[in-house]
Parts: sequence; structure tokens; C-alpha cells
Amino acid sequence: MPVRSEDLSQGTPFTLNSREVVALPGESLLQAAQRQGVEIPHLCHKEGLRPDGNCRACVVEIEGERVLAPSCCRAPTAGMQVKTDSERARHAQKMVLELLQSDAVEGRGYTLHSELDQWSEKLELGKPRFPGRSQPASDLSHPAISVNLDACIQCNRCLRACREEQGNDVIGYAGRSDHARIVFDLDDAMGESSCVACGECVQACPTGALMPANGVGLLPVDKQVHSVCPYCGVGCQLTYHIADNRILFVEGRDGPANNNRLCVKGRYGFDYVSHRQRLTVPLIRRDDAPKQAEMDMDFDNPLRDFREASWEEALDRAAGGLAAIRNTRGPSALAGFGSAKGSNEEAYLFQKLVRTGFETNNVDHCTRLCHASSVAALLQMIGSGAVSNPVADVSEAEVVVLIGSNPTENHPVAATFFKNAARAGKTLIVMDPRRTPIARHADHVLQFKPDTDVAMLNAIMHSVVQQGLVDDDFITRRTEGYEALKEQLADYSPESMEPICGIPAETLHEVARIFAKASGAMIFWGMGVSQHVHGTDNARCLINLALITGQIGRPGTGLHPLRGQNNVQGASDVGLIPMVYPDYQRVDNTEVRKKFEALWGQPLDPKPGLTVVEIMHAIHDGQIRGMYVMGENPAMSDPNLNHTRAALAALDHLVVQDIFMTETAHYADVILPASAFPEKTGTFTNTDRRVQLGRQALDSPGEAWQDLAIIIEMARLLGLDWNYSGPREVFNEMRQAMPSIAGITWDRLEAESAVTYPCEQEGDPGDEVIFTEQFPRDGGKALLVPASFRNADELPDQDYPLVLITGRQLEHWHTGAMTRRARVLDAIEPEAVATLHPAQMAAIGVQPGDAIRLRSRRGEVVVRARTDNGLREGQVFLPFCYHEAAANLLTNEALDPDGKIPEFKFCAVQAEPA
Amino acid sequence: MTAKARRKAASHKGRQAMAADLKQVRQYLDQGKGARDRLIEYLHRIQDDLGRLPAQLLVALAEELRLSQTEVFEVASFYHHFAITKEGEPAAPPLTVRVCDSVSCSLAGAEVLIEQLQLALGDGVRVQRVPCVGRCEQAPMAVVGMRPVENAGLEDVVAAVESGSHADVIPPHARDYAAYHADGGYGLLRKLSEHGDEAASERIIESLDDARLRGLGGAGFPAGHKWRIVRGHEGPRLMAVNIDEGEPGTFKDRYYLERDPHRFLEGMLIAARVVGIDSIYIYLRDEYAGVRALLERELDVLRADPPCPLPPIELRRGAGAYICGEESAMIESIEGKRGMPRLRPPYIAERGLFGRPTLVHNMETLYWVPEILEKGADWFVSHGRNGRQGLRSYSVSGRVKRPGVHLAPAGISVRELIAEYCAGMLEGHALKAYFPGGASGGILPASLGDLPLDFDTLNDYGCFIGSAAIIVLSDRDSVREQALNAMRFFAHESCGQCTPCRVGTAKAAQLMALSHWDQPLLEELCQVMEDASICGLGQAAPNPLRCAMKYFPEEF
Repeated sequence: MPVRSEDLSQGTPFTLNSREVVALPGESLLQAAQRQGVEIPHLCHKEGLRPDGNCRACVVEIEGERVLAPSCCRAPTAGMQVKTDSERARHAQKMVLELLQSDAVEGRGYTLHSELDQWSEKLELGKPRFPGRSQPASDLSHPAISVNLDACIQCNRCLRACREEQGNDVIGYAGRSDHARIVFDLDDAMGESSCVACGECVQACPTGALMPANGVGLLPVDKQVHSVCPYCGVGCQLTYHIADNRILFVEGRDGPANNNRLCVKGRYGFDYVSHRQRLTVPLIRRDDAPKQAEMDMDFDNPLRDFREASWEEALDRAAGGLAAIRNTRGPSALAGFGSAKGSNEEAYLFQKLVRTGFETNNVDHCTRLCHASSVAALLQMIGSGAVSNPVADVSEAEVVVLIGSNPTENHPVAATFFKNAARAGKTLIVMDPRRTPIARHADHVLQFKPDTDVAMLNAIMHSVVQQGLVDDDFITRRTEGYEALKEQLADYSPESMEPICGIPAETLHEVARIFAKASGAMIFWGMGVSQHVHGTDNARCLINLALITGQIGRPGTGLHPLRGQNNVQGASDVGLIPMVYPDYQRVDNTEVRKKFEALWGQPLDPKPGLTVVEIMHAIHDGQIRGMYVMGENPAMSDPNLNHTRAALAALDHLVVQDIFMTETAHYADVILPASAFPEKTGTFTNTDRRVQLGRQALDSPGEAWQDLAIIIEMARLLGLDWNYSGPREVFNEMRQAMPSIAGITWDRLEAESAVTYPCEQEGDPGDEVIFTEQFPRDGGKALLVPASFRNADELPDQDYPLVLITGRQLEHWHTGAMTRRARVLDAIEPEAVATLHPAQMAAIGVQPGDAIRLRSRRGEVVVRARTDNGLREGQVFLPFCYHEAAANLLTNEALDPDGKIPEFKFCAVQAEPA
Repeated sequence: MTAKARRKAASHKGRQAMAADLKQVRQYLDQGKGARDRLIEYLHRIQDDLGRLPAQLLVALAEELRLSQTEVFEVASFYHHFAITKEGEPAAPPLTVRVCDSVSCSLAGAEVLIEQLQLALGDGVRVQRVPCVGRCEQAPMAVVGMRPVENAGLEDVVAAVESGSHADVIPPHARDYAAYHADGGYGLLRKLSEHGDEAASERIIESLDDARLRGLGGAGFPAGHKWRIVRGHEGPRLMAVNIDEGEPGTFKDRYYLERDPHRFLEGMLIAARVVGIDSIYIYLRDEYAGVRALLERELDVLRADPPCPLPPIELRRGAGAYICGEESAMIESIEGKRGMPRLRPPYIAERGLFGRPTLVHNMETLYWVPEILEKGADWFVSHGRNGRQGLRSYSVSGRVKRPGVHLAPAGISVRELIAEYCAGMLEGHALKAYFPGGASGGILPASLGDLPLDFDTLNDYGCFIGSAAIIVLSDRDSVREQALNAMRFFAHESCGQCTPCRVGTAKAAQLMALSHWDQPLLEELCQVMEDASICGLGQAAPNPLRCAMKYFPEEF
């Protein structure tokens, strides 16, 4: 980066090897020297990690000081006389390298890039003259990482990466003297330890002591491709290392959302792309294999029910079937599910296809299943569904509230920022019915009773009002509706809510005080808030809380619903939802519709379409007869799967576009083999409103096509005159439709990899923090909307006495289509488990590892039991990624009235030994 | 290289804290509640109770303290007085006999004793070599459980083992609170507390300046100056008293505490008053169990009947780590962490314990404060010899007739010290060499036996006085062997943080164990250790080695 003159003027002049130089503010001697082109050997120092100064390879001579100083840890002072290459400094530098080389095993490298070897060569070190040490044995117990501590130089970079960057706290430095060693947990084998395989330690290791398993680190790499992670909404930037059209390994890149960090999925969950079950040829249902609702598919043998077909035949059949329904039964007999896993360009074209080709607004995607309620509340109250502040803004906050979110599993890299904030002394408040791993880092843990969010949050607000801690000025200037809210909150004293939510009134008062008084307080929430029949009310409470305390509109404040899918923000932004066009412009607004009719050159349906679960009901009702599903897996992800699967089986025509035989594809008439994430280029919008470029790294296998090409061809066959040369051209059309990204150019994305919106004019930097002056509602003020406490749709009773909470696991993404086909991820979590409190397990009469049968009014599954001390008795947690024990067979399809989101987080079940 | 088998459904990643373990571990906390910085105290309680640290309890302890498991493990594994046992591992023998093998004890026959004990004591007793236990005047030393056995012979140790009484005793002749009071003790403190003002504080600091009182832990930093610096930083300010007396050959702190603990406590409280200290931590080495019991008792009495309002005083227990005598390592240890020295800057006076400005003193420095204030700085500086001023407490051990702590004029030479205070050399022994400042102070030959022993006077000879631990070697001793003993001690006690010390001390010990010393290579090694180590341990570790090569060429 070029040095700015104002930085230099504020810098520190000092003498470096007899040259007068200036160190920039905050620079260490090592950094200043590097910028001057003066090389100083260093091993324990790595940019991004806290300097530790333990290896002493970077020592320099400072005039007037008795001993040498580690340049990585010393800031220059004005006039300091520093010598990096004096005889004394060089001797020490070389001796440090020689001592470490003495303990390295000759000829047994684990990496092609040993920093110790590189520096030894640069300093022309000879053969080390000291006797070696006794070497520890290799530890190959982990499926992702090989540990060869005979190459370890005790620099602790892995420890700092694990503890201070990722906050995973697995790696320790145990023992003393020359027995001091890197350990996992209590000096356990890595594979037996609490390691979550984020791989940060591997990335940090300078000598190959920690490497990707199976020796891939020793293979030559043909190319490196910068891209983003295909999994969650955090949007980590990464670099693929590729040889022979195969990803060898992945490293984190310094993106704004991840500071080089990744989690186990981003780092090790890439080889699904070459799994033997990849779809590589278009498939058409065999005439002798009629659809049936029962799920009995054979993932390895799709040809039992399907036959291979040419693209021409498959596309004809796919589009023809949809066109026939449209032409005979009308547009409202069709629907499309796009995907939040696809790019913005794919989502944009998909919704445009449904709206202009199907001629209906029946288009939705999994946003309906994750944050629809949050978005409904946000749109209603502050006029925008997007987050107000990015995750990384926690560094500016004084208080961070996390509610209904299990970030260490669901947003692992965002969780690292929360852990960093807690470590930096900020107050972390965790509210969740499950005590999840982030709780260890929290100052306050409110483990409230499931389903009682509104009671608890209203009680906190009651206390804010009661203690006189509301921000009157903010309320007056920036909001409307306060009096009504205040009146409604009067009934929610902490004392009266304590028996309902299970949190002591004193704690509620204290949290109210801490939150309201903070110089900056941020609220993050996840599906624990949104996936309820009162999900919108839950979110309203959070918005009310931020508004009445004035905790929004500044850095380190605000509202942040943590987005689930890598592109759920973008897919929603580009209009992959039934009631709005791109940029949340309502389809039932005539002016808006006219604008899009002009842009897209045809009349549009003025009626909002149906949502995900409504579409399933409409199929049962015989109203919807044909569907196009791109990259979604409703036969796993929707609630009450027996109902959903029966609906899918009942369709006259189902086109599924995917990379694997998903459970949904089981019900298809035509299956179109598509491209995996690393096989295509496109933009993806992360939870922070950051548009980031995913770049193609691999060629697709077999005859698989890029998704964009499939959509375009389907459109043509449905009679649309589409000519897009690629994602750039689609993106440029999106800019015309969406003021929020109008200023972002493709060239800028290629150059910078990420641009935050709103970015309305070319050259705008992009606003990280929004709502600073006004809210995007008529009049510019936010609306306070009271929410009343009510219960879940289905409460436990004598027959179904337990509460079922569904969710995800760290290693597996959503319905498992990708991650269960990734070798490392599958090895770590290979089979379906339900977790229960040990006492609950005892009550059922099972031991850890035993099979239990979980049954709801809608279905049953058999699954193995695992203990979880973080749950309460009376609760069961079941991840929904396992097709062999699909959690959604049990869940309740009851919907939130505003967000139309199903109640995934709460239904009644019974459990028994199986 | 192949990946491991897939995980089992029931298994978690790593260990889980079990309800029973959590319950058990809570009884070791403070009224069921834990504070992170008191981790080492809790580890002691478990170790004392069970004779080991079972892995499952470490896991439970981590959960209670909201620490990661590995943070607890790395602390537990750092300190030598803890024995961790994993699931299924046999418990360590219930009794440990520790035998000191550092310089003074090795001169007195520790090696033979260790061999004899290993043969004589059965499986039920673990014989462990340990570094200096701070009773060098009674070498060789064995410690049975917590009970010291002085001038230990095989029969003495076996008798102690068989006696079943393995606890240390409270020093019986200490002047207690009542006696100290009766003798006018705490008068200065009370006066200062009742009438003290800024001027009084300033006068006290001036007295220390005038007395030229310097840090007696070894670094010799002027005490008054240190008080001024810490006072100058914004509060809250903390104080940490270093009684981790671990430098081989040093036992003066124990000597004074066994006799007159309140003199030290009054000095400490005067310092706290003058500097404006909010709370005080006393860090006492674990080997001084009797002194610990004495201090606990006397602190209780003091708190029950305080001469003036007292700041909170916490007595903390070391756990077998020489490095914790280094002030920043001690601070880390008080914070409940591994004793790894910090890089400076920032300095402790500005950012020390819990990130606060911290006054760190060796016990003895504070011990002299009341007497200097009472008798005046002139009294203190009226002592001295060979051009030096003041008094020093020399811990003398080795080949002399009367080893022990000898309060003598600063600047006295080793020959004078031996002749006037130690009743001469042992029969049949002639002075050959001496360590002037414990293992780290280097080794001087008899030909330099007339040098004044004081701060700054030995620097030109590659030595320093440090804690004034004088170990006397005779013509029957091998300097080369003792230099190796010292290097092994440093290698054993290196915290393992920086390369020059961690690897350097180990390599040096390896090279010095060979019959032929590669002196040029050793000198290169000494250079990097001295120049590039983080703390004084690594920087001083080459001193005995270099002295051996420089002053005793006839041994090679």
C-alpha cells in the first residue's frame, strides 16, 4: 500500500542501519524496516497475529541498550539508533536459526515453504553444529490436519491463531524448558481433542509441523484462485490452491469479514465437488418409475428411477412441461424456488424468469425459512431488511448482545469476532434457551425458557423505561409510536415475567442497565429468534430495544440478524421473494410495477405470490401443478416433511436443477446437472451487505452446465428473448433495477473483491453503517411496534412432553447435500445424532450412543443420543442435515403471520429407546 | 499417512465436564466460587488433597473458571509441584521425597543420597531430584512430603518417611505479633497512618535514597526511586512481594521470615502507604511451607487487630518454578498463568499485575525499611567495607565451617567473610572458587577472593552479586562440574519461551556433559543467550560457564 504523506508526518524518525528513516504510527521496528526494504529474519511474527517476540530471530541492536531487542515487538522512538545487521545482531539472528535447525529433522520436510529453511538460506547458515533433541511422535489422529511436532519450533503462532484469533482455545503451550510443547487440550491427540478444525493453526505454522492431512501440502500447485466461501452468510474470503482441476487445500484471505480466518467447512469442505455422486448428465424420469411420496431413493443409483438424456431433450422436457401448465392452467399454477446458495446473478435471473416467463410472483427461497420474520419486522419498523452495522463493528461496541444464535457452529468466523470482543473486555450478553459454546466467553448468560423471547425482551425494555434509561432525544427525533409502546410495556415488569421466561428479575434489570447505558451496544440474532410463529414479534422487540435506547445509527451499535446462507442477503435483495422485486420494491405498488415492466419489457402480475410453505399447501390444494427448483432442497428443509414430500410427489411437473441427487430431485421429472460453487463466477452478498466476487476455480465435471446458462436456456425455451453473455452483463442489468448497488461496477469487484452497499453512485465508498441520519421510511422515522407475548403453536403435553429444537451442526451445511459429501466433514460428524441433557437421557433410559426414537404428531425418526450439558431437561436438539433421520419429519409447519416462517425451533415430541 | 476412523455418535469433541466432577471441584474453590487468577491456589488444594491432579478435575475446574481446558493444563504442567494424571493412568505414589541436587547440596553429597534413597525406598515413595529448596546451609537437603530433613543422610530420610509425619512445622522462634507490638513494632506505620502527609511520604522516600537501599532480590534497583516511579502512575496501584527465593544458594528471606515476619510486614505496609497501594500480593515459594503457615497465622492476627486500616493482602503460593522469581514471571503466576516473563517495555512499574502500575519488591528490601526509618539512613550507610556502604545479608554455603545467613558490611570480600563470619574453611579444604551470587552470578577464583562483594563491583569480572548467595568451593571440588550443575539447573528451570534460553541452555548442558568442551562453540552460544534472551535467566545462564572457561583453564 502506498504511504500517505500525512502518515509520514506523524511518524517517528529514527536511524536504521545508519539511514535516517521514518516509521509510520503503530509500526514496529520490524515493520518499518520491512517497508524500507531491510530484511530481518523472523519466525514467531506473522502479520495479523499479536507479536510475541519469543523466537528472537529478529533481534536488533539499539544503541544504549544492554541487550538486543526483538524488532517485532519494539516501537521505534524518535532518534533511536537501530542496527539490524551489526555483527552482534547478525550473530544472534543466525544462532537462533541454528539452534532451531539443530532440532529440526534433517530431510523430513512437511511443507515446501518452511520459513525456517528460507531464512536459514538467506543468512547462508551452514550445517547446524549442535546435538539434536529427542523428537515427539507424529499425530495423525485428525482427518483434516497432520501434526508433526518434530518440525515444531515452539513459536506459538498456532496457539495465538487458535486462542487469540479464532478463540477456539484448543492449543496450549504446556510444560517447561526444552520440554515445553504445543498440546491440544490436556496433551491429547488432536483427533481426540476439542479441536473444531478451523485450520487457523495450519495457516499460521511456519514450518509444516501442522499441515493439511495426507501430504497435500507437499504437492505442487498450478494456480491459486481468490474467491469466497460457499457456506454461511459471514462471507469469508479464501484462496483455492489447485492442481489438475482439483482443489488441494484452501487458505483464508484477508477479507473484511474474516481477517484471513475460516472455519472447518470453508477450509475442508470443498471436495464435495468431486464426489462420486455428482450429477454429470441430464436425467429424465423413467416411465416405469412413477413418483411416490415415500423417500426410498438410492443416492448411488439415480438410474433406478431416471434415465440419462441429452441436454436438448432434457431442457425441452423441462421447459415444455412448465410452459404447458402455464398455457393450460395459467401462470398461478406454477412456482419456482431459487436458492440462497446461488449467486446474485443466478437469483436475479431466476426470479425474472418466474416473473416474466412463468408470469407469476410465486417465487421464493429459503430466506422464508430463516429470516423472513426478521425482515418483516425490519421492513415494517425501519424500512430496510438489511443489517445496520457489519459484524466486525463489534470492535467499536461496548456491549454485544447475542440472542437465539449459536455462532460458534452456525457463523463460526463471526463468532471469532465476538470472542475477540469479549477478550478485549467488551461485555458479551448471550440469551438462548441452549447454553452454547459462546456462553463461556459471555459476561451474562440468560438461558431463558424456549418460546419466551417476547416476555423476556419486553421485561428488559420495561426495566429500561422504569430506570429512566430511555434515550428521549433519539426517541423524539428518530422514532414514532413510543407512547403506545410504553403503555404496552407497563404490563411486562421483570418481576412478573421472571416466572414466565425463567430469568431472575434482577438479571433483567441489570442487563437493561448495561445495554441502555453502553456507549455502543449491538444486537445480533439468529434463527432462534426468527423461526417461531411469533418470530416477527421477537424481532420487533429487539428493534424496539435498540430504538428506545438509541443504540442504532452509529458505529458499534445497531441490529444485525446474522444471515444464514452465503447469499441469502443477496438473493433477497435481487427479489427472489414473492412480494417484492429487486431492492424490496413491492409488486403491488403500481408505480414500481410500471418501472419493472419497462425494464423487463412486458406486463407483470400485480399480485404478490405465495411463500414456500404456502406453495406446498397450494400443491395439496391442486392449485400449483408445476415447479422449477434451482438448488433448493425443500424435501429436507421444509417443515412437516411428510406433507411437503407428498406435495412434491403430487406435482404434474417438477424440474430440479442441482449438483447432486437431492431428496427433492427424488420427486423430479427432469433433473438438470448444474455447477458447484467453485465452478462458476458470480457475486454473493454477505450478512454485512458486502457484495463479494466468487471466482471460478474449476471446470465442471461431465456435461454439467453453469447454472446461469441453464436458467437462460430455460428462459429461451419459455419464450423469453434473453441474451446474456455472462454474470457481468446480468450484474449490469441488476444495477439498473437496484439503486442500492447502482454504484458498484464489475471492474471494481474484480479489483477489490468486496464492495459494501448502499453504493448508489460509482465511486461511493459503500456505507458500512447505515441509518445514521434517518430511516428509509416515509418521514424518515422508525416505527416502534409493541409485541405481545404468546406461546408457540404446539406446546408439550402429556403425550408429547419434550420440546424439540432443530438447528445445525458446525460441520454440516443445512440439508447436508454438500457437507455430508465432503470427506473431512463427514469423518468428523458421520451420523445422525440428537442431543439431550444427561438427566433427560437417564429419564428416557438410554446411554450416550444408544438409538432413540423421536416422534411428533407428524412423523418420527430414529437417531443416536449424545449428551449436551447446555440443554435443559425437557429439551431435545436435532440437527436437520441428516436424511436418515430428517428432523423436519417432526417439525410443525405453523407459520408466523407476518413473516410466513415456520416454527422450526419449537414443537412437541416424545422420546423413547429405539 | 491416512485419516483416522470416523467419529462415534456418542462422542464429543474432547472432554466434557461431568456433573460429579464439577461438584467435587467446587469444594476446592473459595466458598464454591472461583476466580481465574487464583487457579494455582485451586490446583494446590486438589494436589494437596489427592496427591495428584486428575484430568477430569482439570476439565471441571476449567469449566468453573470459564477457562479453556488447555489453559488449565498448560498452567498445571508448567509448575513442577503438580502431578497430572490422565484417565486410566496409575496414581503417583502418595509420598514424594524431594532431594535437592543444586550446587550446595551436590557439594554435600546429594548424588550419593539420591542413589541410596532410590534403592532404599520402595514403590510407595517417589524420589525426585529438585532444584534448590532454599536451605543450603543445611546441605544436603531432602524434603519428605513437606517436611525438610536437614543435613540429610539415608537414615534420617528413611526415619522421616517412616515417622508418618510429613508436614513442615511453623518456625517456633518467630517473634509474633504480640511480641513485635510489645517491642514497639508497627509504631512507624501507625504514626504514618495517623499523621502521615505528603511531606512525610516524601521524607520516607528520601531516607531510602539516603540509605541507598537497593533491591535485595538481586537486581539492585534503588528502592526509593522505584517507589517514586510507581507513585507517579495513576492508580489503582498494586504491590507484589517476591519471596520466591529460588536462586541456588539463597536462603536469607526464609531466615528472616522464620525469625521476624512482622518487620517485613510493617515495611511492606509502609511501602503500601507511601506509594498508595490498593492491594498487596505476597508470592511465597511453595518449598517454604512452614513459613507459609507462619505468615498465614500472623496475617490473620494482624487483620484481626490492625494497627491501621489495611489494604487487602493475599498470600500466594508458588508451585516449584525458579523463573517465578523474575518479577514479570511472578506477576504472570499471581494472575494464575504460566510463569513466563514478559517483554519489556512496558515496565512493571507502569503496567504490571492485572495491567496496573505495580510495586514489586523482594521481601528483604522491605524488611530493612522500618529499621532504616527508625535508626536513620546514616546508621545504615555507616556500615560497609572496602569502600562500600550499607549492610548485606550473605547466604553462605559450601565448604565453610559456619554456613548460614551472615549480616555483614556490604563490600566485604569472600576471604574476610569466611574468616570473620564463617569460622573459616572446613578442615582440609582450601578456597578454590566461589559463586558470589548464586548459580547465575558466575564463579570467581580464589585469586579474586579479595574483591568487595557488592552491587556493581563484580561486573568487570563477568559476575554479579545478585541475592548475595555465596557458595564456597574448595580444592576438592570441580568448577567444571559445578558449572554444568548450574547449566542443568537453568535448562531445567527455563520457562521455555524464547529460543536462546530454551534451546540454548539445553544445548549448552548437552555440550558441557561431553568430556571435551567445544569452547569456541560454547562461547558463541553464550553470546546469543546473553544478548537475545528475554529475561535475566537466559541472559545470566552463561555466567558460570564462561567463568569456568575463563578462570579455570586447568580443568580442561
